[in-house]
Amino acid sequence: MDYEIVVIGGGPAGLAAAIEARKNGVQKILVVERDRELGGILQQCIHNGFGLHVFKEELTGPEYAERFINELKENNITYLLNAMVLEITQEKEVHIVSPNEGYLCIKAQAIILAMGCRERTAGAIAMPGTRPAGVYTAGTAQRFINMEGYMVGKKVVILGSGDIGLIMARRMTLEGAEVLAVAEILPFSGGLTRNIVQCLDDFNIPLYLSHTVTKVKGHNRVEGVTIAKVDENRRPIPGTEINYDCDTLLLSVGLIPENEVSKTVGLKIDPKTNGPIVNEVMETSSNGIFACGNVVHVHDLVDFVTEESRRAGRGAARYVQNQLDNSVIGFETIAGDGISYIVPQSVRIENVEANLDLFMRVRNIYHNVKLVVKSGDKVIKEKKKAHMAPGEMEHITLKKDELQQIDGSTLIIEVKEEG
Amino acid sequence: MEKEHELICIVCPMGCHLKVTKTDQGTIVVKGNTCKRGEQYGKNELTNPVRVLTTTVKIMGGSLHSLPVKTNQPIPKGLIFEAMKEINKVVVEAPVTVRDVIIKNILGTGADVVASRSMKK
Amino acid sequence: MYDVIIIGAGVAGTYIARELARYNLKLLLLDKENDVANQTTMANSAIIHAGYDAKAGYKKGKFNAPGNKMFDQVCDELDVLFKRCGSLVVGFDENDQRIIKELYENGVKNGVPDMRILDKKEVHEMEKNISDAICCALYAPTAGIISPFELAIALAENAVDNGVTLKLNTRVENIYRLEPGYKVVTNNGDFETRLVINCAGVFADEICNMVTKPNFEIKPRKGNYFILDKDMGDMVNHIIFQCPSDKGKGILIAPTVHGNLIVGPDSEFVTDKNDLATESEQLEYVKKTALLTSDKIQFNKVIRVFAGLRASSSTGDFVIEEVEGAKGFINVGGYESPGLSSIPAVAEYVVTIVKNTGLVDWVKNENFNPRRRPVVRFVELSKEEKIEKIKENSKFGQIVCRCETVTEAEIIDCIHRSAGATTVKGVKKRTRPGMGRCQGGFCGPRVQEILARELNKNIEDILYDGENSYVLTEQTK
Repeated sequence: MDYEIVVIGGGPAGLAAAIEARKNGVQKILVVERDRELGGILQQCIHNGFGLHVFKEELTGPEYAERFINELKENNITYLLNAMVLEITQEKEVHIVSPNEGYLCIKAQAIILAMGCRERTAGAIAMPGTRPAGVYTAGTAQRFINMEGYMVGKKVVILGSGDIGLIMARRMTLEGAEVLAVAEILPFSGGLTRNIVQCLDDFNIPLYLSHTVTKVKGHNRVEGVTIAKVDENRRPIPGTEINYDCDTLLLSVGLIPENEVSKTVGLKIDPKTNGPIVNEVMETSSNGIFACGNVVHVHDLVDFVTEESRRAGRGAARYVQNQLDNSVIGFETIAGDGISYIVPQSVRIENVEANLDLFMRVRNIYHNVKLVVKSGDKVIKEKKKAHMAPGEMEHITLKKDELQQIDGSTLIIEVKEEG
Repeated sequence: MEKEHELICIVCPMGCHLKVTKTDQGTIVVKGNTCKRGEQYGKNELTNPVRVLTTTVKIMGGSLHSLPVKTNQPIPKGLIFEAMKEINKVVVEAPVTVRDVIIKNILGTGADVVASRSMKK
Repeated sequence: MYDVIIIGAGVAGTYIARELARYNLKLLLLDKENDVANQTTMANSAIIHAGYDAKAGYKKGKFNAPGNKMFDQVCDELDVLFKRCGSLVVGFDENDQRIIKELYENGVKNGVPDMRILDKKEVHEMEKNISDAICCALYAPTAGIISPFELAIALAENAVDNGVTLKLNTRVENIYRLEPGYKVVTNNGDFETRLVINCAGVFADEICNMVTKPNFEIKPRKGNYFILDKDMGDMVNHIIFQCPSDKGKGILIAPTVHGNLIVGPDSEFVTDKNDLATESEQLEYVKKTALLTSDKIQFNKVIRVFAGLRASSSTGDFVIEEVEGAKGFINVGGYESPGLSSIPAVAEYVVTIVKNTGLVDWVKNENFNPRRRPVVRFVELSKEEKIEKIKENSKFGQIVCRCETVTEAEIIDCIHRSAGATTVKGVKKRTRPGMGRCQGGFCGPRVQEILARELNKNIEDILYDGENSYVLTEQTK
């Protein structure tokens, strides 16, 4: 069986991309999902706060997912569950295994990668101390508690103030656990401010900034955790240790795009995002292979994943319908002072639909600055920002006429002091 | 005596920094908000802070062991743990459709606890 | 009454048990842990040394090279991954050059075959990613890499299939002399036996002291390690040591049989025999030192850190002998590196000691089958083989571990084999879910579910690893 588009991943990115491709006239679309149901990680994110941009109302993760799942089904888009993609090839063959379908090798005209991301682990941060049961990534604990219906511990310390960690601090408190502290190695939180207010402050859970875990104790199950203040080089300062007796350590220390499948076909990966390099239509370094959502770069809001994935869905549809101009070489977007990365990394103006949306993260906390978009020395656009933080993705829209002002092969965005 | 409270709005992910003042006449003035809902949030936080509660209930015969639920409108912050106790008493049977009412008018707040996803048998 | 009780189911205990199973003996293998290979065998460099390092004249020097030679056969019989990738001891200066020459000469005495001293050009031709400051190396092509716990698990399985009784969760509390033999008192019952073989790793001295006055002491030495992502697994082709010093064999970087990169260990005496905590400063030292070998090691690709203990003896050598004044009580103590590399030869030697005691009838076990039922490693199959396997059993189509591509069928198989997995870590050791970059974040809950189903237990009763290592506390509602 051949398909026009195969979408790898049935989470928010894959669902939105598939639906959008169908709306743009593509008939034969297949979504491949490795889990038992569609919806991806949203199914375990039972808290609310999703959908304010896309639906103008506040939904929980499962509600947000269900709307897209229903739309996918209404559009009669084929999907496989429990199906794992082992590899994809330059010829756009997708190798899939599943217990029901066996080994499938499907030929596609275009592929959309939407595998999402995974959590950094205790191993990845070389956690000092023992390696007992009771150390979980926040997402694993979230799955156990919200989907499997089991508690993972009673007295909890959380390392990392990413959003999932903050959400889990509240969630475990509601389910009767005692959350003793949240430690964050950086001098600022990686999560959204609203989550600090409603997940920590509401429950009097202390947040220790510039602190990290210096020791995990316990041979079989966690028995205690020591945290300490860190200096500007993130080294623990002796004498600042705080000991906690606890049975659980949750980690919310970052997310990494999951690009194992992308690597099987040798896509170029941006070392800053850990995701494939993409262009204005979310096409990767390999023609006809598109990518969207957290597999490209980690987003903080699912609404932006949806928008980005719709762009990829339209891009793949245009590719299948031979409407993309692949003859031109575009310009590159360069992360200037204060910016850590920009997506997309390259742009062919000829293929931009109406406006060009550029997404980026800043390196630091900034107050009263501006984002400046430059082509050579020419300033194309400026955007004032009262407050920016690395934990919150920034976004600039360039209109067609602004794009026309770009000459040369690069576009730089940088942070500048006001004035 | 007027007192200014600094709050961070949690209505949406923007996280606006609010300055909320209660005047001597008893009216509440909100500054720093960028939308109507932010103003309402600021006022509520001083008079009667409310939150949407999201959690799970036990479900029998479903594809999962837990069904996610939420209050369909915010409830007073002070009632959250009491509401959890009520919700934890409930066991539902699959199938369930999203927005099915699980508990009507929980603790007399006027808010219903509703399913936040559908679940088949 | 048992003929032989073997205390400790690490690689030494399991190997000796399997060798003794070649004879018609009533054998009991005990371990205090809830799985085989849970202590020193679980956490070490995973190297089969060539044998030039261990001093000639010592037991370590005597057994290493002959042991090394025997790995191809045993790994073939038991379907255990083993790769003779060869090792390099690299030198940076004249002093290192001198050490390398000494190692070479010592290796010749120990019977290490095919060694060569390489000049700068030769060593850089063999390894593209090592430091330019490296000017020479000792090349030993017979060195290899293995997964020590997979070997011990395979040995235990084969031993049990050939009639050995394995009792886990069985801690030896005391040993009394009988006339003849011994009574071994445990938390899990008392057992009488003609002979005892003590393979208790870091606790071997304590076990020995139950029957005789102290004659050696185990002084555990801790080593910290990094495991890096498979992205880094092919940055070197050989096991690369720095020159040995009083701190041990020198920090190594090496590929693992599963394609990761291992970096370590340091060496530090500790007092607590259960102290497996990693230490930040020590890891930092390992990192700094390893970067001298190659500055291309990307430490942001670390997926795991761990620490293991070496069972170093106060005597400086293996303690392998029948204890004087305790007829039929045989020590395999001080069993640190190159213990793993030596074990095939050591086991043969121990079998001879057992035979020579004359305490048991020595009759060949005609039913002994040296071969273990082969293990399916789905990830390594060709496309055609994968198709066939899924046709045979649809559970080969259910990938449980995404990082290491492990199927449900493989997990079920490892639970139901002899000496099978009963814990999440047990499954991880045997089939690798949780060994990859997500470290079990995605597959952990699924593995737990499969264990509960296959063992007919409640999911909250499935442990992560040792006693009391519970994962789940209770149902939320």
